[in-house]
Amino acid sequence: MKRRAFLKLLGSAAPALTVSGRLFAAPASSPRFLLVFLRGGYDCANVVIPYSSSYYYEARPNIAVPKPVTSALSGVACSSTCPSQAIPCDACAAADGNGALALDSNWALAPVLRASIAPLYAQRQALFIPFAGTEDLSRSHFETQDSIELGQPLQGSHDLRSGFLSRLSSVVNGAAPIAFTDSLPVCFRGDSDIPNISLKGVGKPVFDTRQASILSDMYAGHHLQQEVEDGLELRQEVGRVMEQEMKDANRDAMTPKGFELEARRVARFMKDQYRIGFIDVGGWDTHVNEGAALGALANNMDSLGKGLAAFSQELGGEWRNTVVAVVSEFGRTFRENGNKGTDHGHGSVYWLLGGSISGGRIVGNQTKVDRPNLFQDRDYPVLNEYRAVLGGLFASLWGLSPNEIQRVFPGSTPINLNLV
Amino acid sequence: MAALALVSADALAGEVSRQDVQWLDRVTYGPTTATVNEYSKLGRRRFLDEQLHPRGLRLPQPAADEIAALDISHRSAAELLADVNRENQRINALTEDAQKETSRKALNDQGNKLAYEAARREILRALYSPAQLQEQLTWLWLNHFSVFQYKANDRWLVGDYLEQAIRPHALGQFRDLVMATLTHPAMLQYLDNAQNANGHINENYARELMELHTLGVGSGYTQQDIQELARVLTGVGINATGNEPKLKPEWQKLYRHEGAFEFNPARHDFGSKTLLGTTIAGSGFEEVEQAVDLIVSQPACARFVSRKLAMYFVSDDPPPALIERMAKTFQKTHGDIAAVLESLFKSHEFTDSLGTKFKDPVHFVISTVRLAYDGKPIANTHPIVNWLNALGEPLFGRQTPDGYPLTESGWASSGQISRRFEIARTIGSGNGGLFDPEDGTAATTTGFPQLSTRLYYSTVEPFLSTKARTALDRAGSQLEWNTFLLASPDFNYR
Repeated sequence: MKRRAFLKLLGSAAPALTVSGRLFAAPASSPRFLLVFLRGGYDCANVVIPYSSSYYYEARPNIAVPKPVTSALSGVACSSTCPSQAIPCDACAAADGNGALALDSNWALAPVLRASIAPLYAQRQALFIPFAGTEDLSRSHFETQDSIELGQPLQGSHDLRSGFLSRLSSVVNGAAPIAFTDSLPVCFRGDSDIPNISLKGVGKPVFDTRQASILSDMYAGHHLQQEVEDGLELRQEVGRVMEQEMKDANRDAMTPKGFELEARRVARFMKDQYRIGFIDVGGWDTHVNEGAALGALANNMDSLGKGLAAFSQELGGEWRNTVVAVVSEFGRTFRENGNKGTDHGHGSVYWLLGGSISGGRIVGNQTKVDRPNLFQDRDYPVLNEYRAVLGGLFASLWGLSPNEIQRVFPGSTPINLNLV
Repeated sequence: MAALALVSADALAGEVSRQDVQWLDRVTYGPTTATVNEYSKLGRRRFLDEQLHPRGLRLPQPAADEIAALDISHRSAAELLADVNRENQRINALTEDAQKETSRKALNDQGNKLAYEAARREILRALYSPAQLQEQLTWLWLNHFSVFQYKANDRWLVGDYLEQAIRPHALGQFRDLVMATLTHPAMLQYLDNAQNANGHINENYARELMELHTLGVGSGYTQQDIQELARVLTGVGINATGNEPKLKPEWQKLYRHEGAFEFNPARHDFGSKTLLGTTIAGSGFEEVEQAVDLIVSQPACARFVSRKLAMYFVSDDPPPALIERMAKTFQKTHGDIAAVLESLFKSHEFTDSLGTKFKDPVHFVISTVRLAYDGKPIANTHPIVNWLNALGEPLFGRQTPDGYPLTESGWASSGQISRRFEIARTIGSGNGGLFDPEDGTAATTTGFPQLSTRLYYSTVEPFLSTKARTALDRAGSQLEWNTFLLASPDFNYR
């Protein structure tokens, strides 16, 4: 149902607040879903590292992340004499040094995620899906991001006004969607005027109720009416979140910054009202000097990991009822280029995080990481198509019927990877 | 609250119709008294001619003086780049950490200052240049051949990029724009071609050159074409030292150097290439010119560029018939931008679309200041830079090479609209320091914006919608009145 029609249906019962989140206030048990889009094509091979492949080390003489030293996350403590016997083992951090953290006998995690994502994996609250992505082969950031966000079959004509999260919101009962971005992302394009608000660098709201209503009235009957009303009301909500932050800051002195602050705010928004969220993080287009265990990519990953860990903490008990998917438009060339960086590739590694997912493992169709298995002798192949993977996830998360999944991802066959 | 009319010394010649105002809202950054007078004097046709061929149009003296006082007006990109490289070397050689830190900070401040100067120059021109169409196109082409000031040393280069590579060709030949951006160090750094060399291929620029600058994705070129174009572009790079590399004798005559741009044959792949089905024999920099000629002459390029212009000047989804006509002109004139634009402005599709294009933040802010302060020269451009930052459209601030969106959906989401209203309130609440001298001396003029001027009564008030009038009547203060006017749908479309 279109939101505007829904609002009309509520009619006189509608409270003064007009924003979807409040009106849609979802049943407490309804799961939450946050899609995190890494724009720029993150170099998955240096984040979830195929350390059993000698070709990885051959192909990246300058930028490979060193092999694991201990068996940090693979389900056994680093050694029988290890004092902590914890996984991941803090005591072994020194021994691990810049080495990757083993996830299983083939894959290892970037060491920069030791304190943020590694513990989630050890608690089975994180999993990774290598060789994931789209069959779009343009290797263009913009084309590929758009085509993923539209989520329509690659063949045939595309409806540029219909994104897959918008379609998902129309089949999930009480979806209450929102984007935490400056502008409305393509995946939320659709008939239902989904609200958005950026949570970085915002201040207190400046309009009082009277001014807000005069501003709204100017747009009555205008095609931007819904955006104007949502925008003014969302600013009031941000004000409330900020007041809460101030109170918390008075209790403990540490004020988070950057993406961590943003992610905590996202958690506060999603905890009470919103059930389907979207946020994007940029800066992954590492053509030059991307670094290895340390460096440009690692720094960006560090901030991402800290933010996602903060998001899980901020949700508290509701983390059990929340799933986060981390995706990117493509992977990068498996071999490093002439400038200690990587160029646009194909297959990626997607992540899934959540309090009650079946985590702590590597999931999906796999192949040996070796030169003969590279796609076009250059990139990871795509063995786990994103529409099938996400379709399968959505089906189990909300118990959607095959027909409903078809409305979200037309022409796609969902695969059930037993993710949740 | 009723608006207070100020008695203006400037006379507005004659009445202008709603359509005249809407037309000026497109062809210019919004009417000022001077614009309206010129338009009334010349009539629409001759005014358009003047805008398409603005050779005689001069920047008013106060703005010209402010621009002449900028550092970037006296130093070339090559000099600035040489400076920053030398300074980086000096800093790296320093042994004391405190000294290093101080020098790094000073260098960083210098970069910020130069990038700010570039933004200041562009803003002053957008506000005061009578060549308003040229200024809009300068912005549009900067956005089309977008660079990000925080990549490498681009803060030192963006001023020169805009002034030397973009503005002179804004209404000229499209091919010249491609070549000027291709050989400018700002672009060579931004899309990494400075590092693209034989045996060390970096295909970043080659891809965007076809995808974003000329042909458009899905127009028929392949990954193979991108790799071949990257090979053609090997050796196209930067040399800010002024010292020529030592080269084999047969390479010396192929070496090219102009400003900080360099073509170094020692870094070039001289093998033969196949681009878009055409063989390009290894010859050096001539290959680049051949490749650009080939790309620019594709029908896909004519359509891609025509569509971009029509999206900016006509509508978010411009009529295909208009694009076809423009593309024909493009091909017939080998990419004469003024000729293509003339076919756009004289089309019925253009006239039909007047008043329906949502202002992007640049149009919103510039048209606001033009309305609020008319021709009165501002002293300080920091407030404008801040407003553009807050609205998400700073000059040289787009991180990705696709440029800012030209469509309403890119700027009119709920989050963006509420922010725009807040900026409208900020602008309406005082001059924000626009008249404070940039050297920090005390302000001599204060200026609460009086939007209800003579200009307002001739170009805005007669055409206001009932809803906007009602809101203005409900305003309890001048501040509210200003905010509501700037936030009204009437003011936010051009």
